[in-house]
Amino acid sequence: MILKSLPKKQIRVFLVLTLITIILASAPWWVSRADIRLLGEFYSFLALAVLWNLLAGYTGLISVGQQAFVGVGGYAMFIVTAKLGISPFLSVPISMLAAALIAGVFAPLLFRLNGAHFAIGTWVAAETISLCFFMVPELGGGAGMSLPTDVVKSIASSRAMREMTIYWLMLGLGLGTIFAVYALLLSKTGLALMALRDNEIAAASLGINIWKTKFVMYIAVAAATGAIGAVIFFQKLRISPESAFSLNDWTIIIIFIVVIGGIGKLEGAIVGTIVFFILRETLADYGVVYLIVLGVFAIIIMMFSRKGIWGMFEEKFKRSLLPVTREP
Amino acid sequence: MNFIELIIQGILLGGLYALFAAGLSLIFGIMRLVNIAHGDFIILSAYIAYLVISYTGVHPFIALLLVIPIMSMLGYMIQRYILNRTMGDDILPPLLVTFGLAVIIQNTLLTTFSTNTHRLTAGDIDTASVGILDMHFGLLPILTFFVAIIIIFGLELLFSYTKIGRAFRATSDDREMASAIGINTKHVFAMAMALCFCVISVAGVLLAIRSSFDPFSGPARLIYGFEAVIIGGLGSLWGTLVGGIILGIAQIFGAHISPSFQILAGHLAFFIILAVRPKGLFSKVE
Repeated sequence: MILKSLPKKQIRVFLVLTLITIILASAPWWVSRADIRLLGEFYSFLALAVLWNLLAGYTGLISVGQQAFVGVGGYAMFIVTAKLGISPFLSVPISMLAAALIAGVFAPLLFRLNGAHFAIGTWVAAETISLCFFMVPELGGGAGMSLPTDVVKSIASSRAMREMTIYWLMLGLGLGTIFAVYALLLSKTGLALMALRDNEIAAASLGINIWKTKFVMYIAVAAATGAIGAVIFFQKLRISPESAFSLNDWTIIIIFIVVIGGIGKLEGAIVGTIVFFILRETLADYGVVYLIVLGVFAIIIMMFSRKGIWGMFEEKFKRSLLPVTREP
Repeated sequence: MNFIELIIQGILLGGLYALFAAGLSLIFGIMRLVNIAHGDFIILSAYIAYLVISYTGVHPFIALLLVIPIMSMLGYMIQRYILNRTMGDDILPPLLVTFGLAVIIQNTLLTTFSTNTHRLTAGDIDTASVGILDMHFGLLPILTFFVAIIIIFGLELLFSYTKIGRAFRATSDDREMASAIGINTKHVFAMAMALCFCVISVAGVLLAIRSSFDPFSGPARLIYGFEAVIIGGLGSLWGTLVGGIILGIAQIFGAHISPSFQILAGHLAFFIILAVRPKGLFSKVE
């Protein structure tokens, strides 16, 4: 249905993306094991960045608390697999549901705060949830817990096979998120989102229900973030409140990625994630210096060109990788 | 411990939180800016005080005489040369710049001072306590509480009766009108940040005497200050004090139930107020 109404340009994009997917899916046969792990991590950051970008770039909801949903997704996966004996693969949708539920509880409260206060509010919400997990001794309290061996074995019997399975899960989620967000932006809801991004008051006067649109997007992004959280902790095999609800890993870095790549552009998240990984890997020997460099970089971009690397590129070359504009 | 003792302890703790919150409230009131690095600047001033003390050996309160000018100069420059460039209708750029500053400060402190915790010692004040009836209260929390009241009172006076205070209010009410009548709003914003950093310095030193700190102690201070601001209501400094007190009482009662419940109880109080009074208790902002 969607495809029929699309111009050729976008069908081409979908075909190219499919080709890329096939190439990346075959990576375990021609890439080393360490690099497979790194690629998996790359996809998870990419997906988180695309989602944060969708929220901040299109609905104007700046969240500093997305770690809440990574953590809830991760913990939900640990609880249902280790404590209830549910299959790890079935746990992903349950993680989504758990994250959506938590988002649904906090959203009506947080939406009472405006702009920057909303941002800090989401952070308080994430801290609150994290503190609750500290207080549950059945889940190891502050020390956390490991995924039991039989659960790990149920992902796949051999270690190599397990790593491949997790790689494909991460690839699926990473590219799936891009596909889904791209399709969303091309849909009628996408039009509403772009109207919302450009001018909230004008969008409201065109009959877009601002509160409802934001609420639905907040919940949907939380659910997707929860799924990514579940898979991230499949790979880690161990969870603790500190790692699950890490502001640094699941929000700060993600925000820098989006700001540097280009806020409000789908391609921005991709470019930003690549820049982040290059920086982190080249500065790996200097501890947290890469974070300082990222911070300085983000500040410079906010001061001089708010569109980020991709925005500047697009302006100069008038090209778009994932076009969302419509031709009459 | 009896009920009244807990309440008073909560009120005293609230004084410290009001100090965290006063700076936030001040700059939000004047320029609608929320500084995510607020807590990190509090910790930065604690580290600067630590350096001053380790080089000169002076009392922390004397060290403040050096910390305040250093910090307020830093605040002026950050506002004038970085944040002012990003101020506008879009709240995202200034928010993200302060976010970047937070990360830079934390990680620079980490590479300079490592993760070891530090604490400032202030002689007898550290352990001295005051007994009333059969209750005992630390001298330092009492002192902090009165410092908070004096600072808020001083800020109110400054807003009402000084030239710069009038410029603050004019700029806060209508930025364009203020510049039309000859107020240099860029300078006024930078002065507001400098003033905020004076409060930050005092809060940082008092906090550093009260408890140990490390490079990552900042965000929690931002959160307590923020909760106090929202509970008290935007735009009201005395409301901020009440917000701090409510937060302090919630935390003390939480800690009384179980030490691990202290922070959580504060967050819960914040969400309860948000549910029943979304605009806070004494909001002046529509």
